[in-house]
Amino acid sequence: MMRKVLVFLALIGFAFALLPLAYRAGVADEPNALATAYLERAPAELATANVVTAIVVSYRGFDTLGEVAVLFAATAGVGALLTKKRLGSAGARAPRKEATEVLGTAARLLTSLLALFGVYIFTHGHLTPGGGFQGGVVIATAVLLNILARPQSHLAHGLMTAVESLSGAAYVALGLLGAFLAWGFLDPRALPLGELGKLVSAGAIPLIYSVVGLKVGAELSGILEALKGDRE
Amino acid sequence: MNALEFLAGINPVAASGAALVLVGLWGVLARPNLFKIAIAFTVLETGVNLVILSVGYIRGRTAPILDAASDAATASARMTDPVPQALVLTAIVIGLAVTALMLSYALRLKAAGGGSSIEAYGEEKW
Repeated sequence: MMRKVLVFLALIGFAFALLPLAYRAGVADEPNALATAYLERAPAELATANVVTAIVVSYRGFDTLGEVAVLFAATAGVGALLTKKRLGSAGARAPRKEATEVLGTAARLLTSLLALFGVYIFTHGHLTPGGGFQGGVVIATAVLLNILARPQSHLAHGLMTAVESLSGAAYVALGLLGAFLAWGFLDPRALPLGELGKLVSAGAIPLIYSVVGLKVGAELSGILEALKGDRE
Repeated sequence: MNALEFLAGINPVAASGAALVLVGLWGVLARPNLFKIAIAFTVLETGVNLVILSVGYIRGRTAPILDAASDAATASARMTDPVPQALVLTAIVIGLAVTALMLSYALRLKAAGGGSSIEAYGEEKW
């Protein structure tokens, strides 16, 4: 009873804290100085049509490198926690039922399309609302569909590790390239900027987002495979 | 103040985000099942993300992506604040990683015979 009252009081407190945001929120009429600077300078300095991508990959690129590192640490943690040996008898359950015909056919049909769509999203991150993280998640959905359709099958673990580590290394290498050629770690101006709105533009940003997409796709596929619970 | 005026003052994105925050917080505090606590955390995160996004929104403006309709010269007069959107992109990815890790710990605890109710772990309480 005491606990219920405390939970209720905590919820009331949070509701009061959120009230000024939800009701008559101080939504600005103008973006603040920082946002205005990003909006004005990103297209001119980096030839990036999507300003959010310019912030994520370039202006706050170091944050994104840290974010990718956090995702890698979480993947490693999930992989270490959920092995067949550690899960014991609970991991070695009765053989799973085969998927239905509908799911199997849909998986065969959609896998290549989903992978292609994921690649499209992360290569167009500087032009459209998309990017490496979104494209990587779409690629991981292709893997999830195949895990559901064929529960007995296994991911090519070595290939996934190779893609993940090579794309991680390529990310850092592109960052160092920026440090040497443009005097800024992860500065995309190491490569020619090109014309705003073209696919080959914005310097190294499409390359950086492509390796992020491959890395996120491989990591999320690894998490899905580990959560299946029958990894050696 | 009449009802219409009250409704006009509500920011719909922030209000739904706030509702999700409260639902998620209730789930984290009041539900005993470890898996439901992990899912409640994702609901809480989604609510927080919506609230952050609504802070950067400016009424009548468009997404911060340049195209034929909005060129670089008028960008800062026609677009919303891109910084909260970039922060939320990061928060979503980190939230996903944290959720996966929480679910794996819950699976391990269950596999070790501890059950999936948080009440079964009374001796770990501080």
